[in-house]
Amino acid sequence: MAPRRPRRAGFLAPALWIPAGIALALLALPLVALVVRAPWADLPQLLARGEVLQALALSLGTAAIATAVSLALGVPLALVLARSAEWSAVPRRLLRALVTVPLVLPPVVGGVALLLLLGRRGLVGEWLDAWFGLTIPFSTTAVVIAQVFVAMPFLVLAVEGAVRASDRRFEIAAATLGASRWTVFRRVTLPLVAPGVSAGALLCFTRALGEFGATITFAGSFPGVTQTLPIATYLELQRDPDAAIALSLVLMIVSVAVLVSLRDRWVPGLTS
Amino acid sequence: MRVSKALAVLAGLAVLALVGCAAGPASGPDSAAPSAPGPGSGAASGPISGTVAVFAAASLGDVFAAIEEEFTAAHPGVTVVVNYGGSSGLAEQIVQGAPADVFAAASPATMTTVADAGLAADPTVFASNTLELVVPAGNPGTVDGLADLERPELAVALCAVEVPCGAASAKALAAAGLGASVDTYEQDVKAVLTKVELGEVDAGLVYRTDVLAAGDAVEGIRFAGADAAVTEYPIAAITDSPNPRAAAAFVAFVVSARGQALLDEAGFGAP
Repeated sequence: MAPRRPRRAGFLAPALWIPAGIALALLALPLVALVVRAPWADLPQLLARGEVLQALALSLGTAAIATAVSLALGVPLALVLARSAEWSAVPRRLLRALVTVPLVLPPVVGGVALLLLLGRRGLVGEWLDAWFGLTIPFSTTAVVIAQVFVAMPFLVLAVEGAVRASDRRFEIAAATLGASRWTVFRRVTLPLVAPGVSAGALLCFTRALGEFGATITFAGSFPGVTQTLPIATYLELQRDPDAAIALSLVLMIVSVAVLVSLRDRWVPGLTS
Repeated sequence: MRVSKALAVLAGLAVLALVGCAAGPASGPDSAAPSAPGPGSGAASGPISGTVAVFAAASLGDVFAAIEEEFTAAHPGVTVVVNYGGSSGLAEQIVQGAPADVFAAASPATMTTVADAGLAADPTVFASNTLELVVPAGNPGTVDGLADLERPELAVALCAVEVPCGAASAKALAAAGLGASVDTYEQDVKAVLTKVELGEVDAGLVYRTDVLAAGDAVEGIRFAGADAAVTEYPIAAITDSPNPRAAAAFVAFVVSARGQALLDEAGFGAP
């Protein structure tokens, strides 16, 4: 029999469809339940309240700033992480562990750690308070810091993967043609890893949007200042579950809209 | 339905395992005290046995560990499992069919949720809790009364008004005619306490029992007008309990003189 060229998508053993189906159901069915149980009739009235719009605006604003900060700081960190492959084992593994820890840490613990560092009696916060009269907790800045702490690792790891997968020979060629290191970064490296950067930024934004534990622990909860939509949702759950479901629906729709609308256009690299 | 029950049992067991670890050493001093059979444990016919599943408000944690110890000492055949949590969450679980024998809530409203579903047999208020100002050890903000919460330079944490302690705080402030300068509305009373323990805020409002449980890291300050916002704790046996006699005995022990003495020791007020 002549060797047949496998189809581009490859093939899938039929037995794998079953666990894959269960996995998808586990991920999707709770969201289906949320949609089914949503108080659709009261929705406009539940969502038109000032507090809801205020919390939504705060969430979108802080998540956007957190993503910008993560891009400015995280892309360089990702490049360092990718280059660390050439380092000896101990610093290389240490660096990777430090970048990954916020992903596995319960966010509330992250919030406590941020308080112990930047709080009024924190390692650094004590001096900020004494020298500059700066107190970070309970401010919008604290919300952004908590979101960066939790969400930046997503961006760093996505960009690092893209850097590792990119062909270094383009960079070397540019360098031999006389481009400075900064020019190589700007004109060659960055365009090469752009799909990874967009994918990472998107994950980072949606993660920051949903951030709850570190934010409420480090930044607290005050309407218009630190009370983001996830926090408003949690508090509403104690009083009026219907209103909480309505708020979760908003958060879910915004997240899904961001992921679906931007993915194919901006991030062809993510699916390849 | 069966699946949700199984999940509820699993969740209950998980909580139990955690609570068991935490409560063990803490209840040491109480267990050292000689525990005569409680006066409220009068058996109707023969000794009671089996398991009693108690769903209790989180703020009852320390004192219910002591109560459980003395109750099981008096009734060796009975195993008590306690599922601690936020009262509204527990009420929801019971209404959804969680296997509870006794419900001890931190607010009459959450008990009403269960009673309205026809599941609470004859709720009784067994304790009360009063708000107290709480400040970090050393009182850096020199707080001495409720009016200090109006000082804008102080960092102040209150419970969010959506949860019972926040509703009580709002009531106390309104009764005193004060508008506090609040920096953060926390999701529960323990979160307020943590912010105070870490020194991140200069003052907060929590229950007296929380101040006692927190030890030396914080100082409690009683304030005039706290009586305006007293939180009541109702308890009831669940009507479809599989072990009604043991459930009734547990409720009887909580309201007995010995149960009340333990509650008093933990800082709870009389019903």
